[in-house]
Formats: sequence, C-alpha cells, structure tokens
Amino acid sequence: MSVNHYNTEVMRFDLRIIASWITPGATVLGLGCGEGDLLLHLKQNKQVKETGIEIVESRVAGCIKKGLSVLQGDINEEILDYPDDAFDYVILSQTLQQVYEPSRLIHDMLRIGKQVIVSFPNFGHWRVRAQVLLTGRTPVTRELPYAWYDTPNIRVLSIKDFRDFVKKMAFHIEKSVAISPGKKQESGKIVTIMPNLLATYGIFQLGKDSGS
Amino acid sequence: MSEYTEHDKTGASVGVVERKHYTFADTPDEMVLESGRRLGPVTIAYETCGTLNADKSNAVLILHALTGDAHVAGYHGPDDDKPGWWENMVGPGKGIDTSKYFVVCSNILGSCMGTTGPASINPATGQPYRLEFPVITIGDMVKAQKALMDHLGIKKILAVVGGSVGGMQVLEWCVRYPEMVISAIPLATTTKHSALAIAFNEVARQAIMADPNWNNGDYYDGQKPDLGLAVARMIGHITYLSDESMRMKFGRRLQDKTDLSFDFGGDFQVESYLRHQGSKFVERFDANAFLFITKAADYYDLEKQHGNGSAVRAFSKSTARFLLISFTSDWLYPTYQSKAMVKAMKKNTLDVSFCEIEAEYGHDAFLLPSDRLTSLIRGFLESVCQSL
Repeated sequence: MSVNHYNTEVMRFDLRIIASWITPGATVLGLGCGEGDLLLHLKQNKQVKETGIEIVESRVAGCIKKGLSVLQGDINEEILDYPDDAFDYVILSQTLQQVYEPSRLIHDMLRIGKQVIVSFPNFGHWRVRAQVLLTGRTPVTRELPYAWYDTPNIRVLSIKDFRDFVKKMAFHIEKSVAISPGKKQESGKIVTIMPNLLATYGIFQLGKDSGS
Repeated sequence: MSEYTEHDKTGASVGVVERKHYTFADTPDEMVLESGRRLGPVTIAYETCGTLNADKSNAVLILHALTGDAHVAGYHGPDDDKPGWWENMVGPGKGIDTSKYFVVCSNILGSCMGTTGPASINPATGQPYRLEFPVITIGDMVKAQKALMDHLGIKKILAVVGGSVGGMQVLEWCVRYPEMVISAIPLATTTKHSALAIAFNEVARQAIMADPNWNNGDYYDGQKPDLGLAVARMIGHITYLSDESMRMKFGRRLQDKTDLSFDFGGDFQVESYLRHQGSKFVERFDANAFLFITKAADYYDLEKQHGNGSAVRAFSKSTARFLLISFTSDWLYPTYQSKAMVKAMKKNTLDVSFCEIEAEYGHDAFLLPSDRLTSLIRGFLESVCQSL
C-alpha cells in the first residue's frame, strides 16, 4: 500500500482533498453543506464565491452566522432553479448515499456546474466486509455510524459500484481519489492500491460526456 | 405588526433619540405618484441611531411595517416608558449594531406618525386631506425614502431591512434603486398579497367604514371612528398570531372570572386581549391612514409592476445580496411566498441566503426577541461589510 501523508489541519481530511481541487476565485455550490466547514475554508483560502444548500434549519443558521450564503431547502428541488453552468463547481460531499435518485441529481449537477465533485463512504472497505461476514449484522463504522433503524443513508455503495454506475451514464470520471482518514479526522492518507478494499471514502470529479 | 416594545433585558440601548423631519416636494415640484397624482409638500419623520462614517458607507435603512413608526430603537426622553419597536434588534452590540452602523428609520408615506398622510393639513385647503389624500403605493413610499436618503447624502445603503409591509418596501428598493442597495433583508414578506391577505385587509377597512363616526373620512373635528378602527386592529392581530401561539397564550381560559357570564361582556382571555389591543391602537393611529396603508399593501405586486408578471424578470434588476427569512407559523405571509422569491433570485444567480425559522408566534415572530434571528442578521451584515 503506497501512502502519502498530509499535514494535519482542522478541516476533515476528505474536505481538504476536495478543497485542493478547487481553483481560486471559482463559484462553488455545496449541496448538503452541513455546518459549512468546506465552504468557509474555500471562501477564506481560495476566495471562492460560495453558495450552500442545506435542509436543517440550525445548520443553515450556523452557516449564515459565519457569513456564508446558504439556502434552506431540499437539494433535489433547489438545484432545479439554477441556470445552466451557473457554477464552476458543484459539490456533493458525503450525501450521495442519502439521495433518492442519484443519477438524476448528478445530471442536474452537471447541468448547472462546469465541474462536479462527489464523495461518499466506501461500503467495500474491509472493515465493513468483515463486520458483515463475522458478526452477521449490518455494519456500523466510523464512516457509517448509524444503526439500521436510524440511518439517513438509504443506499450503500462501494467505489467499484460507483465506477460501474458511471460507465452506464452520460458522464465520465475526470479524476478520482480514494482515501483513508487517520486517527484524527483531519489527518489521513491517499490509498492507491486496492482502494475498494482499503479506502474508507471515494472522491470523484465528474465531467459531461461530449455531445451529452 | 403588533407592539412588543419592552426594555432590553440586557440594558443595552441606543439611549435617547430625537425625531427629525425633512420636508421636500414643495410646489411646483410635487412628488408625482404612481397613480399619476401629485403630492406636495411632503414631510417625512425619521430617526437615526449610530454615527454615519466619513465615507457614508455604513447606513442601514430600516423600513417599518403597517402601523409602525420611525421610532425603531431607544427612548424619546429619560421619562419615556417604552423604547422603539425593534429595541431587541437595534442598539449597541445587538443584531443591527449601532456602534458599527448608522441606522435610519422613517415613517412611511400615508401614515400618521409624523409623515404626510390623510390626517395632515392640505396646504391648499388648510384642512386635513381626509379622503382627498391620493391613494399611495409601496413604490411611492420608497420614492419618499429615497428623497430622505438623498437629503442625508447617502448614495449607497449597506443594508435595507424590514418585515411584512416593511419587507415589501425592501424588495421595492432593490428593483427601483438597485444601484443604491448593497444588501437586503426582507423578513416575513411577499412580492404580492394573497387573496387571503387582501380579504383580511378588506374586512378591516369595512369595519372602519361601517363606523358612523368615520363619516366618509371626515371626522377630524368630531368623534373619531374608534370602534371601527379597534375592530380593524383586532382582525389584524388575529392574522399576526397563530393557532399555536393563541392556544398557548390564551387557550379557552376565562378573563377575571371562573364561570361563563351568559352575556356579551366578554368571557375569554382572547376576547379581552383583542379588545385591549384595539382600544390601545385607536389612541395612536388614524383610521384613514389605516385605510390608505392597507390599500397600498394590497396593491403591491412586484412582478406585475417590475417584471411584466414575472418575478424572475423583476429581480433581474437587482444586484443586492439577499438574506430572506420566513417563519414556520406565519400564515399571513407563508414560507412558500419567500421560497418563490428565492427561486426567482436563484434564476438570476443573485447571491441569496434563506432560512425558515421554526417559531410558533405566527407573523409577529419577526418582531419578537430571537437569538436565531439576531445571529442571522448580525452574521449577514458582518459578511456584507467584509466583502466591501
């Protein structure tokens, strides 16, 4: 397993990877932006013009309090209002597993964004596999910390699943990285060998197929 | 809007503020109104808190609702027993921080709290205007506010803030004078009244006009239509509350009695509350002004006037950064109306934030002390300042 260590910062490791892909001064839409950590980082360090969409009132309020431009609403509906190519980047971080119609949402993201970044917890990770195999129970991990009865995740997918899915769609992967966070959430490493087994998260940048 | 003015619990206040007046539109340069009629001279009552900085870039214009006035915060003197209507939001260290911002609030055109309205003396006749007063619009109110801003030498307004009918004025500012508005906070408002909102206003107006003392608006020399105006206010109050807030505040509790009285003197606390609100209101408000202002609110249609029927086209004129806020229990200007605005702003790729605050107080929630509302407004204003 080849490993690249990164300096630790306060922001979560997967968000730091995403941030490194964003060009300074870009317009960025964060879907399901939560408390706005990534958007705030991008605003302060990359001078982006940020917009976030988040459904939980307290999180929306937390974002606006920090000075971020954030809308309260359902990402599946809110995304429909924007004109084509309204943003340089549209980011869906750790929310894909909660989306009812992933292919429709990603198509909408590609319509309004020039670049689309999607990340999700990898259900193919060995710890997940081992839990199912050894305990016979639905896995509960740091990345997927919910019991079956209170999980917001309505679907589970692995990095391989996502690659198979993209092949069937009218978009392609422009770059991807598989990661495995360290003990602290802000530290971690990039996994290049057997990522579907060894990585806890997959991060993908998607582009429209030409002609689509 | 209701009255919730209370002393600030933390003791923070702008202190004593002075009511000022500005008169313009003298003959022959009267204001040309949206109706085509002319009005002049026009006097605007206004108050300011905080200090305007050297480059005049820290002005926050606050626009009051239906029956409000220029007295947004502070006290008119050391013996004043009540502060301004938004004391919980405006003051040193508060959501709209008067140690940073220069706050301006003026009484709207057509009102009776110092600005020219139907109770003012018509210089042509030496008598009150009464129904001779021209029907004014939200646009006319904003035009008058613009004249005041010009008078104060303010070319760019850091933020235009207001709720309810004040929120309509905020929206009007954004499309009528887009070059002047850096940011805008429309609270609990709409681009146009629903049939429901018009219906309540019409019942309120009919209550006034059915009072024999109203006398076609000619009552300034005699008995005022206090009963009609009080009923109008009672109707308004119902629309500002919610089922939930009324249930919590009053339920079916009786007022000063343990058994039903079997007469019409009033049994329930909610009856007593509404009567009290009605009788308090007639002491300070003019019935004709109520007719004119509710009419202006009903006439308001941002889409029709500025977008040929399209909200998207109307907001395409604006360049402001927006913070929209609605409240879950507000059934007078429900959240769907704010969301429709947000949608139109997004289609114009305007910079807009939106939050629906969970609140049980109905439409009046925008006036009540709320840590959430305060922190949203504070954070937004700070961010607007930083991005200048």
